[in-house]
Amino acid sequence: MRPGSIAIVGAAETTRMGHIPDASQIQLHADAARNAIRDAGLKPSDIDGYACAGEIPTNVAHYLGLTPKWVDGTYVGGCSFMLHVRHAAAAITAGLCSTVLITHGESGRSRIGLVRPTTQPESYAGQFELPYGPSGPPTLFTVPVLRYMKRYGLTHEQLAMVAVVQREWAARNPRASFRDPITVDDVLNSKMIAYPFRILQCCLVTDGGGALILTSADRAKDFPQKPVYILGTGESTETPMISQMADFTSSRAFRVAGATAFAEAGITHADVDHAMFYDAFAHLPIFGLEDLGFVPRGEAARFIWERNTAPGGKLPVNTNGGGLSYMHSGMYGMYALQESVRQMRGIAPAQVEGAKVSVCHGVGGMFAASGTVIMSNQQP
Amino acid sequence: MATPSERPRPKPTPETRHFWEGTREGELRLQRCNACERSYFPPRPFCPHCNADDVTVYAASGRGTLYSYVISHRPAPGFTPPYAIAVVETQEGPRLMSNIVDCPQTPEALQLDMAVEVVFQKLDDEITLPLFRPVGARG
Repeated sequence: MRPGSIAIVGAAETTRMGHIPDASQIQLHADAARNAIRDAGLKPSDIDGYACAGEIPTNVAHYLGLTPKWVDGTYVGGCSFMLHVRHAAAAITAGLCSTVLITHGESGRSRIGLVRPTTQPESYAGQFELPYGPSGPPTLFTVPVLRYMKRYGLTHEQLAMVAVVQREWAARNPRASFRDPITVDDVLNSKMIAYPFRILQCCLVTDGGGALILTSADRAKDFPQKPVYILGTGESTETPMISQMADFTSSRAFRVAGATAFAEAGITHADVDHAMFYDAFAHLPIFGLEDLGFVPRGEAARFIWERNTAPGGKLPVNTNGGGLSYMHSGMYGMYALQESVRQMRGIAPAQVEGAKVSVCHGVGGMFAASGTVIMSNQQP
Repeated sequence: MATPSERPRPKPTPETRHFWEGTREGELRLQRCNACERSYFPPRPFCPHCNADDVTVYAASGRGTLYSYVISHRPAPGFTPPYAIAVVETQEGPRLMSNIVDCPQTPEALQLDMAVEVVFQKLDDEITLPLFRPVGARG
């Protein structure tokens, strides 16, 4: 794909966000999809490509009344939507379809029609991790962090600061779940979940969704919204078991996806004005900043501590408040993409003035998969 | 810290059976590639490093070091919080998830890189889990 040859021309989240006890998961998909179709000034019959994760695409396409001629159900966890963007860009470039809708809906909190994979006892995780007592991501995603702390001297205070900074961004976002300021002490005194992680270092559990519409850049100027151009994308996988991650201080999937996206975009880190690092837990922006090459290994915590990613800093990160304070329905990647699009359109609640390039980086599973999308409001 | 009968029970497959037969017989069995000579885990009948078919199952030393962990405060079937979910690096190289027994489940007692050795905990007639304890701890 040539940088800037594909554009996002429709983007929207669900009408409400947070606690939505009166809608099932498939209706959250539909609400986000219909908002995005309206945002793009289209009709459902204009959509000829469709992608989603978790739900089987057939179910949602039928619910919406779509007749797609290209379908993608890639499901590698919360970054699936970054992969959908990459696959959709390739499909449009190849002429397989012209207008792709990507949707996400997740009743993570109300659990109405929630689709979640179960770990079979014959699987690797079922045989070699589950018998030792993990109870979900808070007790698994966090396992590498003590090793990171020992190798690089990351402190509990620095790890707490990630949550503090993101709450500062959330305070600027009326749709954020948590907006009251917090301090490092507040974080370190909050309820212990899985040492060294306390509850304020773990993501929210909410209901919501989002949707994107992509088409070729040459069509994009006919749409009502300012086009957001795709400069480069990347994707990869590593391991379904956190215990088998090759390096507990760095994600191979992050490194591969990030480097692929930067190479495709043909940009350097100095060109980046804004970044989103999927933050299911407080260590993820640290791994993201290092594995995508924004800072040398072992230096991300200090970079955050010195307020470089905070409001007014040189690299604004997770400007919606992130999974820690904005929202997290289970698969957060779609909400990170929505914030990058808002920043590139210039309409974000905490708008980064003059931002031209945004890097949006997602994780799937627990360092199991990764996807990166680099976008811009300028066509190269 | 754990009630064996309530733990999630692994279900062996044809490719992993040697591992679970090993723990039942008091051995921690890993695999080694005869082409590139690297050990690997979890089990599979070919080398994940060089793709060779010529691999050997062998009894590992059962010795290793504590590589990383969390101390879970969340409820889980068969466990009484707080308890550590640990990753052990075996002397032979591969890492595996386990629990650390005969040791307080505290950050002070659970020091990274401390020496640990395997102990076997029987769940039932088919499944025995490999757990680890600090070297020198009394069982």
